[in-house]
Parts: sequence; structure tokens; C-alpha cells
Amino acid sequence: MKSDRRYPDSVSGPFEVPPIEFVDREDREIEIRPYAGSEAEQEALVEMYSAFDPSDRAQGIPPGQESRIRTWLESILSEDCLNVIAWDDGTAAGHSTLVPDGEEDYELAIFVLQDFQEAGIGTHLIESLLGHGAEHGIKKVWLTVERWNHPAVSLYKKVGFETTGAESFELEMAIRLHEDD
Amino acid sequence: MKVLLGIGGTDGSVDALDRTVARAAEAGDELTVAIVESEGTDVGREELAERVESAVADTDLSVEVRHVEGEPGSRLVEIAETEGFDEIVLGGGTTSPMGKISLNQIAEFVLLNSHVTVTLVR
Repeated sequence: MKSDRRYPDSVSGPFEVPPIEFVDREDREIEIRPYAGSEAEQEALVEMYSAFDPSDRAQGIPPGQESRIRTWLESILSEDCLNVIAWDDGTAAGHSTLVPDGEEDYELAIFVLQDFQEAGIGTHLIESLLGHGAEHGIKKVWLTVERWNHPAVSLYKKVGFETTGAESFELEMAIRLHEDD
Repeated sequence: MKVLLGIGGTDGSVDALDRTVARAAEAGDELTVAIVESEGTDVGREELAERVESAVADTDLSVEVRHVEGEPGSRLVEIAETEGFDEIVLGGGTTSPMGKISLNQIAEFVLLNSHVTVTLVR
């Protein structure tokens, strides 16, 4: 992808750093932890994405079949990516990821399982990921979102993302976590 | 069926070329390949034309290669509609590091404006 992407001048944050615990609006005790690389975590994510409602797919992800889910997860759970998972006991309720794009940019995506949506989990999940990323020295994060996906767009705006590209099907938004060197 | 494939040197275009040639060979389609102007690629027109030749070399197809100047989306739609094509085929878009698919502006224009069927190759 192009490296001449625009970013806000001002730094957003600080954001909460995982692990964190909170009670969601449905009275469930949710814990958000960074992905630690275990097989149990991977399998929980495979289960979450296998149950994912196709209507909540964005630009082709998550993929629809288990084999494709596994291939996709393999790439975004690799060591150069940062991942956080929201847990309701042993169930993965949400997942957010930062994938490197060239030198110092990272692409962000966030998914919350349908049963756990509209309970405040997404806000904690994205803030935890940004806190986790900032702690690892990540400076610049971008994402794309379908322009009719108003709940997602307002979540991104709330945490500090600004619209940086609006010329195609999707909106491009970006946030700055640290000043440039 | 009369098929117009638009390619511009991106990975998606090359993939679309191989798959469209294979399909045309099987279905007996009459295939025209339009090489359009493309940003973000170092692959030149001549190289693309050679790529088309090698893709059809092992088939019985005789493929017409055309160099199309100007705005790719509108030119493809114009050619398809004025020359009786049944279908426009394009690469299915680029993939971000995350795996998100995004449509380029050529694909967006053709999808919205073409009156003939459009196929995006995935």
C-alpha cells in the first residue's frame, strides 16, 4: 500500500493498556488480554470467526470457511502483528489486530461476535489495542471502513481516528499514537 | 460469448488474465484483452502484451489484444457497449496487509456504469 498516507498532527491517547477487566452492559465479566501465542487462543478465535454472521463481514474478512479462516488467522497472528482478545470466560467475544504495512504504519481491524455487540466491548477492545500498540512504539495506525457502517465510524472517531481518504467505496481513517522521530 | 478483459499490470490483473483465458478456452468464448493505463505498476504495455501471448500460447484461442488510451473505466464501458460485448472482466481488487479487499476506481466505475455484465475475478 502507499506510504504517503496522511495522519493527524496531534497524538491521541493515552489509552488503557491490557490486560483489563470490566463488566459489560449485559452484566458479563469481560477480560481483554494481549494474544500470547497459544493454540487454545487460536482455536477460540477459529470458533469465534466460524460463528461470525456474514452480514458483519467487512471487505471480504473474516473469510467464510474454516480452512480460509485458519489461513487468514495464521497471517494476522504472526509475530510481527499485535493482537488483543476479549474473553467471556473461555469464549472469544471479540478480537482486534494491528498488521504492519511497510515501515512504521499499521492497519487495524476489529471484530465483535454478534451476541456481544452493543455492550461496550468494542470501545474497550479498540482502546486496549491502541494502548498495547503505543506501548510497543507504534506511531501510526490506519483502517478502512465501509461508509455506511455508522456504528463503526463513530467508534473510530470517538477514540481519535480522523477521516483521511473518502474517494473510494470505503472511508480511510488514521490515528497517531506517537510523534514522529 | 464475447468477453472483454481489462488488464493493467497489477497482480490482480495477471491473475484475472490467466483465469479468463482458461475459462474462455473451456467455454469457447471470443476473448478481447484491453490493456489499459494503470497506476502503481512498473509493468509496461509491451510486457503485458507478451504476458497475454504466453497465457494463450497453450490454448486454441486467438485473442485480440488492444491498447486502450484514456480513462480506463469509461473506455472499457464504451468499447463493451458499442461493440456488442456480453461481459466485461476485471481483476477483483487489491488486498490490504489485513486481507481486506478494496476495489480500485476502475472497477468501481465499471460496476456502477456498465450496462453489460461485469465479472470480478477473485
